[in-house]
Amino acid sequence: MLSLDKVNVFYKELQALWEISLDVNEGEIVALIGPNGAGKTTTLNTISGLLRYTSGDIRFLGQPLGKRPPHKIVELGISQVPESGKIFTGMSVLENLELGAFVPSARKAREQTLQRVYEIFPRLSERYNQQAGTLSGGERQMLAIGRALMSMPKLLMLDEPSFGLAPILVEQMFDMIKKINQQGVTILLVEQNIQAALDLAHRAYLLEYGRIAGQGTAQDLLSFESVRSSYLG
Amino acid sequence: MQALGQNLAYGILVGALYGLVALGLSLIFGVTKFLNVAHGELLMLGGYVSFWAFSLLGIDPFLSIPITIVVLLLLGALLYVLVFSRTIKLPEETKIKNTLLVAFGLSIILQNLALRFFTADERGISASYLRTAFTVLDVRLPIGRLANLVVAVFFLIALQIFLRKTYTGKAIRATVQNWEAASLMGIDIHKVYILSFAIGAALAGVAGTLVAVNYSIMPSMGLNWTLKALIVMVLGGLGNIPGTLIGGLILGVTESATSFFINSNYREIAGLVLFLLVLIFRPQGLMGTKEA
Repeated sequence: MLSLDKVNVFYKELQALWEISLDVNEGEIVALIGPNGAGKTTTLNTISGLLRYTSGDIRFLGQPLGKRPPHKIVELGISQVPESGKIFTGMSVLENLELGAFVPSARKAREQTLQRVYEIFPRLSERYNQQAGTLSGGERQMLAIGRALMSMPKLLMLDEPSFGLAPILVEQMFDMIKKINQQGVTILLVEQNIQAALDLAHRAYLLEYGRIAGQGTAQDLLSFESVRSSYLG
Repeated sequence: MQALGQNLAYGILVGALYGLVALGLSLIFGVTKFLNVAHGELLMLGGYVSFWAFSLLGIDPFLSIPITIVVLLLLGALLYVLVFSRTIKLPEETKIKNTLLVAFGLSIILQNLALRFFTADERGISASYLRTAFTVLDVRLPIGRLANLVVAVFFLIALQIFLRKTYTGKAIRATVQNWEAASLMGIDIHKVYILSFAIGAALAGVAGTLVAVNYSIMPSMGLNWTLKALIVMVLGGLGNIPGTLIGGLILGVTESATSFFINSNYREIAGLVLFLLVLIFRPQGLMGTKEA
């Protein structure tokens, strides 16, 4: 469904990603794990068009993404939940969700999608009229994911959905992600919480210093000596 | 008492116009983080559109407002695409500096073009009905001046409804709050910038029509109005849309109170003193919140 082939990304002169190649198949949950600064967020931002890649190739459903700006990428069916959600705090919950359905194709089906999002996150329907800035951390993350779902993505990219959440909420959050996946949305997940991410994901890639340092099924990666010693203790 | 009342009334009516001038500047600043110091020149051009429509075609100044709006919308979009869009990707601090320089240059170019084509003559629109006045409690309220308040309130409300109720308006607000997240929603932020700049320019143009009706226009008038708009914008809180009208009224009343109680020579100074006091004691603006 999504494939990156030898993608290189620079911040000015500094190379952030080196020859990144990865694949996400339809229906999968794929995790991108690795330490801080390894290039996980950079990878997502490159796919969503916020960053330009200097060489390599990114294809989605067989189509090269080329130099499409972010709003064109969303139209193709890729939606990113940015790090820490980045909800529109000055707007109501409902307005946030409406903006999620900004692309023309999603706007038509807005009401049905909204019901679907409310089913996954009932809390959002209780708070629809509330200013988003007054939500709790967990609710903000739900809103960010709900907002991304409003564009009816085929591929949902999540950047650290568990960040800053209490352990009990982390578990709930991962259950919800699983539920979204079961409804037919393919998921590319960036996580620091490696144990939880590997429990959930079908496959995973390990990023280190902007390079792919390992890949395989979640089981494979769990048995990786470097992963065990560095991240799971 | 009557003189004081008359003075305050004029203060409010000119203040509404200040608010309208600042409205466009504030919108542009809020969305693009550009300080468009050529705002007064856009106002000047708007004044000339109405002036020529009146003197060449005999179109009533208030009926020419839609024409002014269309001309300035197009001009604003064009200026953004040709000039300002080149600075949008810069980091915030460099962006403010560079757009200031670009806008200063632009204001000089627009002034001199106006001087070349419209001459340096002071012009105004005079229709007899504009001076017809209502008298309320001994205070004379000429139609032309009253129009300041009516037009300013009308466009403030129209802009608020547009920003709060329409999909496009919400996209603009989303871009203000977080342009990155907005672009991830599928919002073409480049279009949002063009549109905001165009609307800001159009609002300056409408204010120009009112200036041509109530005062006078000439090619060099722009800087004075840009300064007023800057003061009002700071009073109302940067990027605070309803705050601009209140800021405008405060400036207008302060000016007229100064000329009543002290001396009309100190009128302009009063505004600047107010500006400094706000910057020292409440830099977020009288109506602004610390976060914004």
